[in-house]
Amino acid sequence: MRDLSSLEGGGKLPKTTELKFLNPDENPRIPVYRVLARNGHLLQGASPPSLDKTELLEMYHQMVTLNIMDTALNVAERQGLIPFYLTNFGEEATQIGSASAVKFEDFVFGQYRETGVLLWRGFRLEDFANQCFNNDLDGTKGRQMPVHYGSKEHNFMTISSTLATQMPQAAGAAYAMKMSKSENCVVCYFGEGTTSEGDAHAAFNFAAVLKCPVIFFCRNNGFAISTPASEQYSGDGVASRGAGYGIPSIRVDGNDVLAVYNVTKVAREICVSESRPVLIEAMTYRVGDHSTLVDSSGYRHADDVSTWDTRFNPITRFKKYLLDNDIWDEEREETFKQSVIRDVEDALRGAQERKYCNPTEMFTDVYNVMPKNLEKQHKEFKEHLQKYQHEYDLEKFHPDI
Amino acid sequence: MTVRDALNSALDEELKRDEKVFLMGEEVAQYDGAYKVSKGLLNKYGDKRVIDTPITEMGFAGLAVGAAMAGLKPIVEFMTFNFSMQAIDQVINSAAKTYYMSAGKVPVNIVFRGPNGAAAGVAAQHSQCFGAWYAHCPGLKVVSPYSSEDAKGLLKAAIRDPNPVICLENEILYGVPFEMSDEALSDDFVLPIGKAKIEREGDHISLITHSRYVGVCLDAAEELAGKGIECEVVNLRSLRPLDEETIIKSVQKTGHVVTVDGGWPQYGVGAEISALVAESSAFNYLDAPILRVTGADVPMPYAKSLEALALPQPFNVIKAVKRSLNVS
Repeated sequence: MRDLSSLEGGGKLPKTTELKFLNPDENPRIPVYRVLARNGHLLQGASPPSLDKTELLEMYHQMVTLNIMDTALNVAERQGLIPFYLTNFGEEATQIGSASAVKFEDFVFGQYRETGVLLWRGFRLEDFANQCFNNDLDGTKGRQMPVHYGSKEHNFMTISSTLATQMPQAAGAAYAMKMSKSENCVVCYFGEGTTSEGDAHAAFNFAAVLKCPVIFFCRNNGFAISTPASEQYSGDGVASRGAGYGIPSIRVDGNDVLAVYNVTKVAREICVSESRPVLIEAMTYRVGDHSTLVDSSGYRHADDVSTWDTRFNPITRFKKYLLDNDIWDEEREETFKQSVIRDVEDALRGAQERKYCNPTEMFTDVYNVMPKNLEKQHKEFKEHLQKYQHEYDLEKFHPDI
Repeated sequence: MTVRDALNSALDEELKRDEKVFLMGEEVAQYDGAYKVSKGLLNKYGDKRVIDTPITEMGFAGLAVGAAMAGLKPIVEFMTFNFSMQAIDQVINSAAKTYYMSAGKVPVNIVFRGPNGAAAGVAAQHSQCFGAWYAHCPGLKVVSPYSSEDAKGLLKAAIRDPNPVICLENEILYGVPFEMSDEALSDDFVLPIGKAKIEREGDHISLITHSRYVGVCLDAAEELAGKGIECEVVNLRSLRPLDEETIIKSVQKTGHVVTVDGGWPQYGVGAEISALVAESSAFNYLDAPILRVTGADVPMPYAKSLEALALPQPFNVIKAVKRSLNVS
């Protein structure tokens, strides 16, 4: 005799005569996992990752480099040298901590504020600068706004501006990886605001139902342009939603790089060994403006921003840990910072001095083979430039027009 | 062979040929497809190649785009293209544009297919034609089969094409049987995307059309032939790219054009063909203005009588032909 009760909405359910609504307000909030206190001291009962000095320093160096590069490119926009930029200030630990805990072959689908992940993967300062300046070495051939990086060589999907669209795509790519019996996973980054989009719901649900090996990594940085998290959702943040989809979830202090490393490492193991999605919510703070197009001083207290940039700063926190454990010292700090500043300046100057990207690339890559109408337009374009070359500063462009 | 069976053969053959190809959509597996187009495929290829999805067009379109970006070759079925509006960001902003935005590094080898345009008695939200919407976008290819041969050849071509392709089928045509040549029955039969077919030759007027309206034009042509008017019926087969050469050649021959399609008139397929002809060398051969026969400029009504009046019928085509040729 078939057990018909198992057909109720997906399985056997316990029964009760008590009429009680589950009131989420009565639930305890999901705790934030930490390794280091805000002053950089190891917390009692905490387990730091088993990384050697070289590895720890590499993480620190990358966080500092990201910060310095961001500062320089942000200034470049203010000076009118590049048209747009967005910074990662305050989220260095979130990005480097997670990037360092996964493998190079794990495919990354970002939102747009994950420059540190690409930096960790090996994208050079010149590569970042060339893209922002859209010069002749721009990897996106002048098609993308600054910070919309993409690099097949580094397993980092080309950034798409539309929010949350990367989420079901990440689940799909993870499904493809599973089908090819890969030992890798996909890492999908997004902000807390993005989780309001329909695509986010679809991605979570799908990944769980189809058992896709994807790490859903939420950067809860407190703001979606001017919308604070308190106006973005009513429940207990993003981590609480995982259970609703059947996804193992955790909340971590996004400004504690060692904690982020730990949770991402474990998340990856669950993901790959059990072939299922995992959800990480990293609590952090967007110290900078959303982008160079908007000014956050109109909707935030300068004091709040300053506190997060100083007392709660993720780089300083990690530095204190390194200093306390004799892995780093102030003298080397100064030398290191100066050398990074020089390298960043060189990269930007180099990028700025190069020619503009090749205008011919406007016509390529719409399809795998250029269609006749574009061939015709390209030909007319070249003829036009040939005839009126004195009207254009052609020497500023890539010569191969 | 019916159009449905032709599509089924195409899917079957391509699933067999390339293990990277897989089909996903609502009802495609267990139910054999909402319109039975994927009948028997789950049994043959298993649930890793034929996948039933939860009800989220934006979700499964996005999932498929991601899978394509990772190297698989998904075929996404929309139960009707009307529902594709839920997924349109994934189709246009991601599938269509990513190859360009990624500077040629990330191809998206994907097919979006399903019934397009009016069916019978499904009213406003299930009857819209999306030919103009999708054919508007660079980065996409758009095919619109009429016969079983069209359906099989174009769908196979779409699946093999490394670019994102929209395959606009038609529910009314699913059950219609057509003759299939031996060549069309082979498992390597593909039709070139971007080439139209002259379904019927004629010297007096060119009827430029696609999908179900090829049938409407052929009916009109039959009736007009009885009155001594010979129509050339051009089955576009592809909306993007359009076969400009065939269109221009036909207009140069006949000097008269009527476009026939089921979409709304403004900014539609007929409008594009009119502009194309007017801008081309065929303009000098025109003996009359270009006329369009399209769906009525209203959301589709439900009542059978109203629905019939809202879509191009043979008598609408005949009327336009007579106007163009200035005969009564």
